[in-house]
Amino acid sequence: MSDTLFDRLGGEPAMQAAVEGFYRRMLADDRVSEFFDDVDMDRQMAKQKAFLTFVCGGPVRYTGLDMRTAHAPLLSRGLNDGHVDVVIEHLAGTLRDLGVAEAHIAEVGALAESVRADVLGR
Amino acid sequence: MAGVVRGGQRYELRGGESVLDGLIRHGVPVSSSCRAGHCRSCLLRAENPPEEAQSGLKQTLRERGHFLACLCVPTADLILIDDDASLHTRAEIIARRVLAPDIVRLWLRPEQPLDFVPGQFVTLQRDDGLTRSYSLASLPREGWLELHIRRVAGGQMSRWLHDEVEIGTEVTLAGPFGDCYYARGRPTQPLLLAGVGTGLAPLYGIVRDALEHGHDGPVTLWQAALRPDRLYYEEELRSLTSRWPNLTYRACTREGHAARPDVVIGSLPEVMLGDLSDCAAIRAFLCGDPTLVHQLKKRLFLAGVPLGEIHADAFVPSSSPATRQ
Repeated sequence: MSDTLFDRLGGEPAMQAAVEGFYRRMLADDRVSEFFDDVDMDRQMAKQKAFLTFVCGGPVRYTGLDMRTAHAPLLSRGLNDGHVDVVIEHLAGTLRDLGVAEAHIAEVGALAESVRADVLGR
Repeated sequence: MAGVVRGGQRYELRGGESVLDGLIRHGVPVSSSCRAGHCRSCLLRAENPPEEAQSGLKQTLRERGHFLACLCVPTADLILIDDDASLHTRAEIIARRVLAPDIVRLWLRPEQPLDFVPGQFVTLQRDDGLTRSYSLASLPREGWLELHIRRVAGGQMSRWLHDEVEIGTEVTLAGPFGDCYYARGRPTQPLLLAGVGTGLAPLYGIVRDALEHGHDGPVTLWQAALRPDRLYYEEELRSLTSRWPNLTYRACTREGHAARPDVVIGSLPEVMLGDLSDCAAIRAFLCGDPTLVHQLKKRLFLAGVPLGEIHADAFVPSSSPATRQ
């Protein structure tokens, strides 16, 4: 019987604590920060928390359509594979900060990868 | 079965049905997107919403009854609060004083006392319908409502309030509205307040509210303006620092030569950030020009201030009748 990483990290409170670090990494990174200009930061962080919960195997489901719809406006602003790579990089960094083992970080990366095509509208 | 009461009408919910699903089923328009508690599109207000429907919301929003309709499965009738249907009160303009070349202070006496929390705002409607929003600078105990009005180039309301309106004129107020206020409960927490221009108005209320209710952690109030001659309330703010030893008052202007030795010339975010320590413990209040408020919010967050502890009130200029100013 396997707990999800989400459970082992401590569930929702752990996601709440982790998302601030994750969001700070994104905002401070020039490669992706432009996509976060002029957004409502509180709403944006709520979305980041949902994404983090999802990739840690928590109780969040995205349909492919959800991901496509949410990111479609960003495609016209140049969203590409490089940006998705940056997100996955920062997910890994956030989890490393939480002391998560590399094997589990790889699992998370795989879950994040699974939405790449939908995010990029392919 | 529990129901949702909205605008005097009751909508029955099915067992286990969320407020969002129920209202939509009844044909009531409610914004939504993710339907899973993440996107905040379905944010509503009610009296005593269930706690689990407030997951992730900051303390001030929770206290004011905000909740996520998609997460809300009430066990008893839930009464929604509709801001659009807020009380209207007649109020008389009882005094006007020039505070700075582009700022006047108005005092109003409402027909009935307004039940507000310092930091909230009202919308002021002239008898011909012209309406603008202004933050309250006063405290409920003061008995009058204080507004700081900036002269907006080409602005109809500000021209009227600065140049034309006579003392004794009546207007209609709606509200109070807004969630930028001092929530009680952590009196030793460092507070950081920054008001740009008339952004000082709500902070003048908030800072006194905090201090008068026993906040004894370090409180730093930054006042910012374009130039030193636009700074106002120096005497009032100094008098506050004399009264409250834990209050520090700092001023910053973008340009100019400081006639006052305590005024720092520079970019507010740079100046403020250079001064910070222990960011993770801070609660911040940022009010005024939207660009600067947003920039400050981002910089403070990046410096380590928790996002839920940053209360921002951006004064968005009006482009339509009842918009924040």
